[in-house]
Amino acid sequence: MSGRFFGAAVTRLEDARLLAGKGQYVDDIDLPGMLHAAFVRASFAHGRIRSIDTGDALAMPGVVAIYTMADFADIAHGPMPPMAPHPLLKTPITYHPLADTEIRHVGEAIAIVLADNRANAEDAAAAVTLDIEYLPAVSDAALACEANSPKTHSQHASNIAATMKAGFGDCAGVFAKADHVLTEHFDIHRGGCHSMECRGVVANIDLLTDALTISTSSQSPYMVRRHLAAYLKRDENDIRVMTPDVGGGFGPKANVYAEEFAVTLAVIKSRRPVKWIEDRQEHFVATTQQRGQTWTLDVAFDNDGRMRAIRGRCIHDNGAYAPYGLILPATALASFPGPYALEALDLSIDVVLTNLVPTSPVRGACRPNVAFLLERLADRVARHLGMDRQEVRRRSFVRADQMPYTTGIKARDGSPISYDSGDYVGALNLVLDKIDATNFEARRNETKRRGKLRGLGIASCVEDTGLGPFEGASVRVTPAGKVIIATGASSQGQGHRTAFAQIAADALGVELEDVTVETADTAKFPLGISTIASRIAVTAGSSVQLAAHKVRAKAIAFASHQLEVGEHDLELDGGAVHVKGIPDMKIKLSEIARTLAGNTGVPLPGDMEPDLAATAYFNSNALTFAYGANACEVEVDPETGDVSVVRYVVVHDCGRLINPLIVDGQIRGGVVHGIGNALFERMIYDEEGQPLTTTYGDYLLPMAFEMPRIEIHHMETPSPRNPIGVKGAGEGGTIPAAACVISAVEDALGPDGPFIALHPISPQHVVTWLDGN
Amino acid sequence: MTEHSVTFTLNGERREARVDPRIHLGDFLRHSLGLTGTHLGCEHGVCGACTVIVNGAPVRSCLMLAVQIDGTVVETVESLGKPGALSPLQQAFATNHGLQCGFCTSGMLMTLEAYLRTTPAPTEQDVRIAISGNICRCTGYEGIVQAALDTASAKASRT
Ligand code: FES
Ligand code: FES
Repeated sequence: MSGRFFGAAVTRLEDARLLAGKGQYVDDIDLPGMLHAAFVRASFAHGRIRSIDTGDALAMPGVVAIYTMADFADIAHGPMPPMAPHPLLKTPITYHPLADTEIRHVGEAIAIVLADNRANAEDAAAAVTLDIEYLPAVSDAALACEANSPKTHSQHASNIAATMKAGFGDCAGVFAKADHVLTEHFDIHRGGCHSMECRGVVANIDLLTDALTISTSSQSPYMVRRHLAAYLKRDENDIRVMTPDVGGGFGPKANVYAEEFAVTLAVIKSRRPVKWIEDRQEHFVATTQQRGQTWTLDVAFDNDGRMRAIRGRCIHDNGAYAPYGLILPATALASFPGPYALEALDLSIDVVLTNLVPTSPVRGACRPNVAFLLERLADRVARHLGMDRQEVRRRSFVRADQMPYTTGIKARDGSPISYDSGDYVGALNLVLDKIDATNFEARRNETKRRGKLRGLGIASCVEDTGLGPFEGASVRVTPAGKVIIATGASSQGQGHRTAFAQIAADALGVELEDVTVETADTAKFPLGISTIASRIAVTAGSSVQLAAHKVRAKAIAFASHQLEVGEHDLELDGGAVHVKGIPDMKIKLSEIARTLAGNTGVPLPGDMEPDLAATAYFNSNALTFAYGANACEVEVDPETGDVSVVRYVVVHDCGRLINPLIVDGQIRGGVVHGIGNALFERMIYDEEGQPLTTTYGDYLLPMAFEMPRIEIHHMETPSPRNPIGVKGAGEGGTIPAAACVISAVEDALGPDGPFIALHPISPQHVVTWLDGN
Repeated sequence: MTEHSVTFTLNGERREARVDPRIHLGDFLRHSLGLTGTHLGCEHGVCGACTVIVNGAPVRSCLMLAVQIDGTVVETVESLGKPGALSPLQQAFATNHGLQCGFCTSGMLMTLEAYLRTTPAPTEQDVRIAISGNICRCTGYEGIVQAALDTASAKASRT
């Protein structure tokens, strides 16, 4: 695989329009006669709805309609279909489009107000009178496990929705024989995705046919269509869902949301176009969050530093619903044993419902959690043995000569997980070399002279990417010689258009500017899954390659017929098929496309199939495993407890790079998200489930001033599991970053400091630790 | 509500409009004037996505009421280059991969546009402070910072 564009750091085709302010995000859509929606939301975490009085609100200026769940009874009823059904969840735990009889977290939507503008809709929403019987709420997952805890869903006997287990090997046996056993308790805090664009939906109905058109700021437009169609008992063909430009996703926009359903139901009811744009306050209380887990883990290891087995239990805070099934705990289990060649593993996760915003994957899903656990344990083992942290890893990692390596864990489809390729020790050695670990002590001393504490952190990870089942793409050459790619894969800023154009331009010998990419419109491509789990380069990228090569073969067959030259003597270049070595003996792609588009009464040459076009789906049947090793240095101010990350180095292997500029951007953004998780992002609720951090003054996101430059080095081990040799890159930056920063802080605090088993840490933590508490 | 008349200069053109006193400048630009290049990320003054330039200074359009623009000179992202003819700063964003989803981008551009007019030779730290009121969740900031530095040094070498 090589070409002019594949592998080149070309600037993005997306950029010019976005830079000029000509992006078309969902809030930029304006339809004639469009109404604006605002939601009446729960202000308490748990309660039973006695009555909803909309009388006063309906009389307010500009208000057109107010609907509650009961008003939709003639169209649809019941809870929404689950995104990812799981046999352990006997009854799906999903929202109603609007709360039915019970509210279960602050922010749950209760009624939808339609008005001539958003301000009037909000005024009226505030005037809707709710009569609610307040019920006790639980906001702490550990407390929720206790028998006498309030129940998140009052009809449930327990808050534990499911207990999931995974493991392999003879754990008890290995623990009995190991030289050492340590136990640690870990606390990983909840955060959010905080895409800079909140969610939003614009829906419309065709007054003649009742067909629905929905634009939504989503990672999963095809899932929105599928589940809406099922809920409304309509054919998918009557519902067109598309994503305009989307201002970031990071996981939570992969859900199918109650608001998407409620807005659509309101459109069917009112027969008017409706726009709903989530504001930031709503985002804090209605968009899914993630990472909240506590773990108690035992690790068994030998005198030589080899980690042999891990066992333990997790309490996973799933929030009030499980819209995405058990995907998070399942991802957590499947992320073990990371890069470590463990002999045995025995884990169990209690999936606990609390009266908080539901959780679903945020960048990395549970992979950052597991990287944190494993990397912290490796540091802990090193500390216990008085050994170098890197030495423990070198002795415990899966070695390059063990590839492909079967971990012992099963994937979601029950198949054994097997790492396809990689050199984890090599990556670690490289990152230590790049950060110049050998001379770190000199830097530590220099920092000390300035009154600060310097620490070096390391963390590695393995990331399953290219999740199945498939994405697809069609590639078509128009009679003007332009190439149109259509795919179901939605984009939220990853530069898919550029990457796909690079792949197709190479296959068809055209310029990037000749390629147009249409993404995520159910009217333009029949099927799509979701832009999640670092899967699009593998699934959609491979599909573009396969489809483009079919088109190429067809163009060559056509030219061979017309020019009477053997296919092997032809090549594509400059928008034409020409005879090798004789550039003038050629047929332009535009001409082939025009001929294959047909002329009345004229048979196609060689009885070829019409249209210079092809569609392909790449079935990603086996995951492909990216991996990385990170190292960073922090400076801790002992007076203030302030931590600054002064250097950050990433070694990453995501197979072949389609576009290094884009891959590096994914990694940088991902690392910064992980630094946020380590040092800043803290979603706090009180005991009653009231969120306390619902502005960016309270919930801190990483800003430019606090962030270091991030130095990236690639190892390119092509994946054998797809035709373009790629592995996903969307989350590899985030996964080890929090672990790496915390490792560095612990190192800065020195041998007398604590073992840090939580994040985010705050300056208060640091100061307390330095005081010896 | 009583509407107020305002007269202002927008992207070089003199404009008159009647505005509802409760509407903030961001909504006014986006929904009344159709200039959707300005984005709203938080509407509580922290994310900076809504930044426009008023009388030469970067301003959060979610924190300024539309009635306050009477008599001012307002510049939005639409006043910079067009897709086929980007401004040097916009071009530097593309070259340095200073944007991914593009949602924070207009605010970053307008903040830096105003900043570079008054600070022609910033250091990296200066630029990071200049955009410390703008959140980007996608890029990790590095490409944005580099774009500003490149623009400043290119301009310096031209003059
Ligand atoms: S929208 Fe104005 S600062 Fe965020
Ligand atoms: S480019 Fe997406 S928030 Fe900055």
